[in-house]
Amino acid sequence: MRTEPVTVNIGPHHPSTHGVFRLRVTFDGEVIVDVEPVFGYLHRGTEKLAEERTYVQFVTLTDRMDYVASMTNNQGFVLAVEKLAGITPSPRGVWLRMIAAELQRIASHLVGMGFFLQDLGAFATPLMYAMRERERILDLFEMLCGARITNSYMRPGGVFMDAPEDFWPAVNRFLDEMPGYVDEYESLISGNEIVLSRTKGVARVELDALINASISGPMLRAAGLAWDLRKKHPYEFYDRVEFDVPLAQESDNWARYIVRIQEMRESVKIVRQCVQQIEPGPIRPKEVPFLVRPPAGEVYSSIEGPKGELGYYIVSDGSIAPYRCKVRAPSYINLTLLKDMLVGWRVADMIVTFGSIDINMGEVDR
Amino acid sequence: MTALIPGERIASMIASIVPGAVAAQDRGAAWIRAETWPAVARGLRDGEETDFKFLSAVTGVDYIDHYEVVYHLTSFRLNHRAVVKVRCGEGREEPAVPSCVPVWRGADLQEREVYDLMGIRFDGHPNLKRVMLWEGFPGHPHRKDFLR
Repeated sequence: MRTEPVTVNIGPHHPSTHGVFRLRVTFDGEVIVDVEPVFGYLHRGTEKLAEERTYVQFVTLTDRMDYVASMTNNQGFVLAVEKLAGITPSPRGVWLRMIAAELQRIASHLVGMGFFLQDLGAFATPLMYAMRERERILDLFEMLCGARITNSYMRPGGVFMDAPEDFWPAVNRFLDEMPGYVDEYESLISGNEIVLSRTKGVARVELDALINASISGPMLRAAGLAWDLRKKHPYEFYDRVEFDVPLAQESDNWARYIVRIQEMRESVKIVRQCVQQIEPGPIRPKEVPFLVRPPAGEVYSSIEGPKGELGYYIVSDGSIAPYRCKVRAPSYINLTLLKDMLVGWRVADMIVTFGSIDINMGEVDR
Repeated sequence: MTALIPGERIASMIASIVPGAVAAQDRGAAWIRAETWPAVARGLRDGEETDFKFLSAVTGVDYIDHYEVVYHLTSFRLNHRAVVKVRCGEGREEPAVPSCVPVWRGADLQEREVYDLMGIRFDGHPNLKRVMLWEGFPGHPHRKDFLR
């Protein structure tokens, strides 16, 4: 019988492509022989827009890049501006930023985990569980700043609003309950025969290949490299909290999933320590002007975002707007090896592997 | 803490890999002559003292009278970082830099993005196509003279 490879177009409107992502895949029967990712459907020119906005105005645009992790986007940007302009943030502002960022990491990993399992065919149930807890975190964000998704909570020097009194009992209640929820996912999913057989050993990548392809975040840690900027380059007050860097060795879809699950537990630990250590005081130094005007120069500052190394490279010419503002988007760069990960695997593994990278199209296209 | 290697030191490291490759230096970065870039990149990646196995970011910057490509390099083992820049000749016509995809695969998508949005050509890139915008889009939006 004569056979020939077939090219199939998947996306941009496809329920499991996590946004407007398109894959041109060539199949030989069920087996993938070639992959060409196509993106840019959500490109809004964020980096160019930054050149026409003041530093504080651009904070609102960082929300719209990785829209399931707005807080960490804010954090990366304000840290870069602080470094460039020589601003020392208020301690209370820093603690609030860390609380927000770690809650955001949990929320982002919940979305990553939920959609990953959804892609696996565990239709709706795990995702609804994940969304249930994410909702709690969004409620906390609403208490912090009035917004749930596009928070724009942080400012150079700290945050723009102090947490209300009833935030503290609410966050403590959440921290008490969250480890139980993670146990629940583990008991439902981590021992599930189908999940194990569908993810273990699938789409393995060597550590050297990952490093060479500039891949960062949970994908690196799932390959056994303990590289976490919160440990290796403690920004904010990460040197004052204790936490572990969860690792896995297998570098397959399962390892990437389990690392994220464990990171949620670590984030709960970090938030708890922040809540214990936070002290009263100003949330932002009074002398930091609203119109930040850094001296001419440049800075590259990166943080450990939920998806990997989130970096901002800002060139300033001494005016109120950046001359050039580049975002090192982890979601975008983590797609570099997509083809290598998929070729040789079957149709059914394709979307699962794609889900295990945990990307966000708002950040890929910017 | 991830230490940033000062420009002077990274310049002397580069000079020992490829003599004469450094065109200029300042406090935080070293500028490299474009034609020596692939050899320098390989040396920086494999050198015992440099060990820049990880290419953090590739950025194109439009300085109006010329373009520059900025590379942020990281070493996991030594936990340090460096900034290396390549100036794309003089003027605004046909800016080009040799591609470093053979050295770091991580440059693949990033160089495509710079090519697409800043219009800098990367010679030797295996698949230099536009990535955010479609083929045939007029102009390169990150350039300073781009008008809507």
